[in-house]
Amino acid sequence: MDQIKAKLMKPSKETKQETVGKIISYTCIVAIMLLVLLVLYFIISFGMSTFTKNNVNLWSFLSGTNWSPGQVDAHGNPEVGALPMIVTSFAVTILSALVATPFAIAVSLFMTIIAPKHGKGFLQAIIELLVGIPSVVYGYIGLTLVVPFIRHLYGGTGFGILSGTIVLFVMVLPTITSLTVDSLKAVPRYYLEASLALGATRWQTIYKVILRAATPGILTAIIFGMARAFGEALAVQMVIGNATLMPKSLLTPAATLTSQLTTGIGNTVMGSLPNNALWSLALILLLMSLVFNIAVKFVGSKGDLNK
Amino acid sequence: MTDKVITSENVRLYYGEKEALHGVNLDFKKNEITALIGPSGSGKSTYLRCLNRINDLIPEVTVTGSIKMDKQDIYAPNVDITELRKRVGMVFQQPNPFPFSVYENVAYGVKLAGRSKVSKAEMDKIVEDSLKKAAVWDEVKDNLNDSALSFSGGQQQRICIARVLAVKPEIILLDEPTSALDPISSYAIENTLLSIKKDYTIIIVTHNMQQASRISDQTAFLLDGKLVEAGPTKEIFINPKEKETNDYLNGKFG
Repeated sequence: MDQIKAKLMKPSKETKQETVGKIISYTCIVAIMLLVLLVLYFIISFGMSTFTKNNVNLWSFLSGTNWSPGQVDAHGNPEVGALPMIVTSFAVTILSALVATPFAIAVSLFMTIIAPKHGKGFLQAIIELLVGIPSVVYGYIGLTLVVPFIRHLYGGTGFGILSGTIVLFVMVLPTITSLTVDSLKAVPRYYLEASLALGATRWQTIYKVILRAATPGILTAIIFGMARAFGEALAVQMVIGNATLMPKSLLTPAATLTSQLTTGIGNTVMGSLPNNALWSLALILLLMSLVFNIAVKFVGSKGDLNK
Repeated sequence: MTDKVITSENVRLYYGEKEALHGVNLDFKKNEITALIGPSGSGKSTYLRCLNRINDLIPEVTVTGSIKMDKQDIYAPNVDITELRKRVGMVFQQPNPFPFSVYENVAYGVKLAGRSKVSKAEMDKIVEDSLKKAAVWDEVKDNLNDSALSFSGGQQQRICIARVLAVKPEIILLDEPTSALDPISSYAIENTLLSIKKDYTIIIVTHNMQQASRISDQTAFLLDGKLVEAGPTKEIFINPKEKETNDYLNGKFG
C-alpha cells in the first residue's frame, strides 16, 4: 500500500518530461517576445529622435516635399520632407496590387475549379518557383529588361513608378495567388453542387457563389500582397531611379521609403540628423505594416460573421 | 394509372472501369413520392444523382442505358444540362444553404435565368410562396435578411427545399434529407413533402425504413447496385416478393 502511495506522490518520468517541455517552450516564447520588443524600442526611439532631438516638426516631415537631410532651408529648418517617398511607396503598392489581383484570381480559379489537375502540378510548381526567386534577381531582371523596355516605349530614363510596378506585380502575384487558392479551396464543395443543381452554369456558380463566399479570404490575400509590395526594398531600388522627388508621372525617377533606406543608410553617421531621418522612414514602414496586419484581422473577422 | 414522368431502362454507371450500377429499370409516376431504400453502398444515391446529371461533376463517371423524362433522353448529346436541372431540383443530405441571407438563397435560382427580368414585388412573392410551401415561412419571415446559416439544421434544410421550389421544378430529388436532423425537424420535413406532393414528383433516398413507409407511394429496394424490387409501398412492406427485401426490412442485415 505504501509503495503505491509513494509512487502516486512522486512525480513520474512523464510529468518531468512535461515540465522540461514547458520550460523550453516558455523560454523560447519569452526570448522572441524580448526580441520583438527590442526591435520595436530601437526603431521607435531612433525614429522619434528626429522629432525630439532634432526638433523637426512632425507635420513638416510628413507633408514636406524636399528631402536633403544634410541641408537646411531658408528658415534654417532641415529639409526632411518624406512625402515624395510616402506617395511613391503607396503608388507602387496600390498599382501593383491592382494589376496583380485580376491575374491572381484568374490563375487561382483555373487551379482550383476549372482545371484542378493541371493546377496541382504545373501551375503550383510555377507559383512556388516565383516565390523562391530572390528579390535581387527580380531587380536585376527589371533593370536589364523592364527599364530599357519602358525607356524604348516612352522615352526618358525608364526608371520610375511604372517599372517598379511591373517588377512588384511579378513579385506579389505568387503571394496573392497562393492565398487566393487557399481561400477558394476553403469554399465547401457542396456550394458548387447546390448551385449547379439549381440550374446554374459553372461561370454563374463561380461568379455568384464561390467568389462571393471567398471574398474575405481574397481581400486578405490582396492585403498580404500589398504588405509585401510595401516592404520590398532591393528589387524596387534597382528600377525606381532613387530620386527623392515628388513623382510627376509614372515615368519619372522616384524613391520609395524602402529604397531610400537602403540607398541612404550606408552614407550617414549614426546619431546624426540624416541618420535619424532614415530611422523615421523605418518607423513609418513599421506603422504601415501594423496597419496591414490590423486590416487582415479586421477583414478576417468580418468573414467569420458570415459563417 | 397516372402517367410516368421518368422512365429509366438498364441504367449502368461506371466509376472508371468499375461498374457501380448494374442495370436499373425504374419508372416514376407524376405526383407520387418514391422512396429509394437500401443499405449503405447499395447505389441508391448514385442512381438518384443520375437523374439530374449531377454525377457529371465526377470526371471518370460514365452512364449507359436510357433515362427518359417526358420521352426525352436526358443523356442525349444536345440536352441543355442547366435546363434539365431547373426541371429536376435536388435537396442534399447536409443542409447546404449559401452563406447569404434567406431571401438571397431562395431568390438565387430565379435570378439565374436572367432573361426575363423579375421585379422586386414579383421576387418578394416568389420568395414568400416558396418559403410558405416549404413550411418554414413563419419561422423566418421576420429575419429574411439574416444569414441562412444562422438558423437550425431543420430550418436550413427547409430553406434549401424552398430554394428548389422557387425555380418551379417538376421533379424534386432528395438525398437523405433528414439523416442529419433530429426527429422533430425530420417530421417537419416529411410533412412539407406530403403537402407539396400534389404539385411535384418526388424521389427520396432514405436510410430510414419507417420514413419510407410513412410518406412514399412507391418504394424501390436497391442492393449492391442492383434494383431488387420496386412496387407500391404497402406491397413492398407487407408482402415483399424477394427474400432479400424481406430480410432487409426485418433488419436481418444493413
